[in-house]
Amino acid sequence: MIRAILARIKQGHRTMDYPAVPIPLPPRFRGYPHLDSSRCPEGCRACVDACPFGAITREGHLRLDMGKCLFCPECSQACPHGAIAFGDDARLSANRRDELVIDEGAERRMAGAMGKELLSLFGRSIKFREVSAGGCNACEADTNVLSTVGWDLGRFGIQFVASPRHADGLWITGPVSLNMKEALMKTWEAIPAPKIVVACGACAIGGGPFAGSPEACGGIDGLLPVDLYIPGCPPHPLTILDGLLRLLGKI
Amino acid sequence: MRGMGIMGNGTSLPLGEIPAYDAERFFAAVGDAAGGGLRVASFFGVPAGDGQTALYALFASKAEGALGILSTRVDDSFPSLVHRFPQLSFFEREIAEQFGVVPVGHPWFKPLRFHRAWTPGRDAWARPENAAISVGVMDYYRVEGEEVHEVAVGPVHAGIIEPGHFRFQCHGEQVFHLEISLGYQHRGIERQQVGGPHPKTPFHMEAAAGDTTVGHMQAYCMAVEALSGSPAPARAEALRGIALELERLANHAGDLGAIAGDVGYLPAASFCGRIRGDILNMTAALCGSRFGRGLLRPGGTGFDCDAALVENLRRRVAEVRDDLSNAVALLWNTPSVMARLENTGTVPAESARELGLVGPAARACGLNRDVRRDQPFGIYRMVQIPVATAHHGDVCARAMVRWTECEKSLDFIDELLRQLPGGPVRKAAGPLAANRISVSMTEGWRGEICHVAITDAAGRIDRYKITDPSFHNWSGLALALRGQQISDFPLCNKSFNLSYCGFDL
Repeated sequence: MIRAILARIKQGHRTMDYPAVPIPLPPRFRGYPHLDSSRCPEGCRACVDACPFGAITREGHLRLDMGKCLFCPECSQACPHGAIAFGDDARLSANRRDELVIDEGAERRMAGAMGKELLSLFGRSIKFREVSAGGCNACEADTNVLSTVGWDLGRFGIQFVASPRHADGLWITGPVSLNMKEALMKTWEAIPAPKIVVACGACAIGGGPFAGSPEACGGIDGLLPVDLYIPGCPPHPLTILDGLLRLLGKI
Repeated sequence: MRGMGIMGNGTSLPLGEIPAYDAERFFAAVGDAAGGGLRVASFFGVPAGDGQTALYALFASKAEGALGILSTRVDDSFPSLVHRFPQLSFFEREIAEQFGVVPVGHPWFKPLRFHRAWTPGRDAWARPENAAISVGVMDYYRVEGEEVHEVAVGPVHAGIIEPGHFRFQCHGEQVFHLEISLGYQHRGIERQQVGGPHPKTPFHMEAAAGDTTVGHMQAYCMAVEALSGSPAPARAEALRGIALELERLANHAGDLGAIAGDVGYLPAASFCGRIRGDILNMTAALCGSRFGRGLLRPGGTGFDCDAALVENLRRRVAEVRDDLSNAVALLWNTPSVMARLENTGTVPAESARELGLVGPAARACGLNRDVRRDQPFGIYRMVQIPVATAHHGDVCARAMVRWTECEKSLDFIDELLRQLPGGPVRKAAGPLAANRISVSMTEGWRGEICHVAITDAAGRIDRYKITDPSFHNWSGLALALRGQQISDFPLCNKSFNLSYCGFDL
């Protein structure tokens, strides 16, 4: 027992003070993309061609779909002109699929709070049932990490629960493999209404690396209505938490 | 390995140099090799035209530090060797499911991932083409008796984990038998590589098992580099080694915490959960991604590590060593924890050998096998890392092996950081040579990862075979549950922590 107490003193209090104090991110972190087509030479398609997932289009100005983007370094490394760069801003979530598309020059849209009625029900306490439907265990791991002492998700009234019967929402990771579709839909049906859906990660949003796979549905869109899209492959825990707190109107 | 084509890890051979035998001689040779103590690293099919399927068997020899390969062609069936060599069981079921070729006499003949065969019009179970294939629906092994009951768990589990189905045959609390049925995570990765490598291929490899991004990418990069004859620069190999050990460290640390959590010992669980994040953040310092996405690319690495980052990482390695030693020591010094870890979920060494277990699960049973030493690749050809083993084969032994490996990884990372080779980190990899086969094996944190790539006459991927360590080890977990309390399943499961998606692909 004395050893546990000494270890507790040594390890210290390590819960981060977020959102009061910002969380430091590594310098090479790839967050919100910055697009600047004024740097693009005539006819250059280097970034467009570098993306195997068609996340970038260039018709005059640049457009990047964060729902398709894996936040890999390929496009920014392919561009010799600095027209595309990933910044250090981890706030990426959106309420609607089309709001994940960054149009150069257009106003930035971030996720907002759920409707007033839902907020009165879930604003102070919300429980999720997570279903991994073809997820590679990266989105799952960085969702799980929010429940560790460093992040302490419980202090925001958010919890992941074991049964859909105890849940207020469905948390989906993975491209919805054909073999998980039925279990996913049954889990959704088992959650009592009103209920919400969170699509966590590029796979759940649009198939991610497995977009176009004949063995997967290419994400949850078209199967269930989604309340929060969290981009990334996988999203950083901060991106996930930021999206959740926005959905709950806490930031 | 007489009569086999001999290869080194991370090399390639012209397809014509692989001995091609008639089926009778092939299966006799496979039986002799497996019976003679060689381990099956991979056994897989390739469509060969004319309704035939080519079968390739790949053996790993620790004594010779080499790999042996041989092949044959079969029509719609082949004799099963599972009765004599249980380690072939999943491989034979996989061949049957992918190409509609029946292993005659397989004692446990069921689908593995529940998908249609790659070869249209063929099905090993003669299921009609228009009938849906329902995942998890198969004949489970059943124990009959008045007081015997069955417990079915999954695919959706209680925690935030991947899906799989577990069927327990129980007598009261005691488990007689556990059968594990997977396939829920199947994304068709192998089949989508045909005609490649495609621009999407590296991303499929990074997400084959997302917690083993570096392990699988290392194997993929080695395959491309072997087939294109363009080795990665020494500096890149060192950075890959650092990333692979960081991946091992993060997962072992997280699992030691989860093991503590599963026996209700929260101090170590809390500390290790946080420390795991500190380690993932070191990988993110290297490449921006906590899982190493974008770090490894054929021909080298996508990022370099300057002197300031080296110093930063060395300081963090020292901090992790201090914090993690302190947290994990609590486990060994707490009798109520040790009482739960010892003699729980024991796999006898002989069973581990018969099943062909790999990685820490095998080493915890006293099987001294590790790709980093036995078939060294990349930086491990230059710098050795000691292999950790234990002997009891229980949860405690698996936890001990994982902790010892953490210590070795910390030493190894620090040593590499101190003496990073100079030069570039990436050289462009050329096109793949035609009609060749490459074998690339790495030691991921769960054990041996094996990728085999075969190119066609145009230098495109004709077959890409991935064997995740979980493919060898799931049957080890099933066996570990025999005679245990069903309530110990989470603890046993966590001590293995196998990959669902790495198995399902």
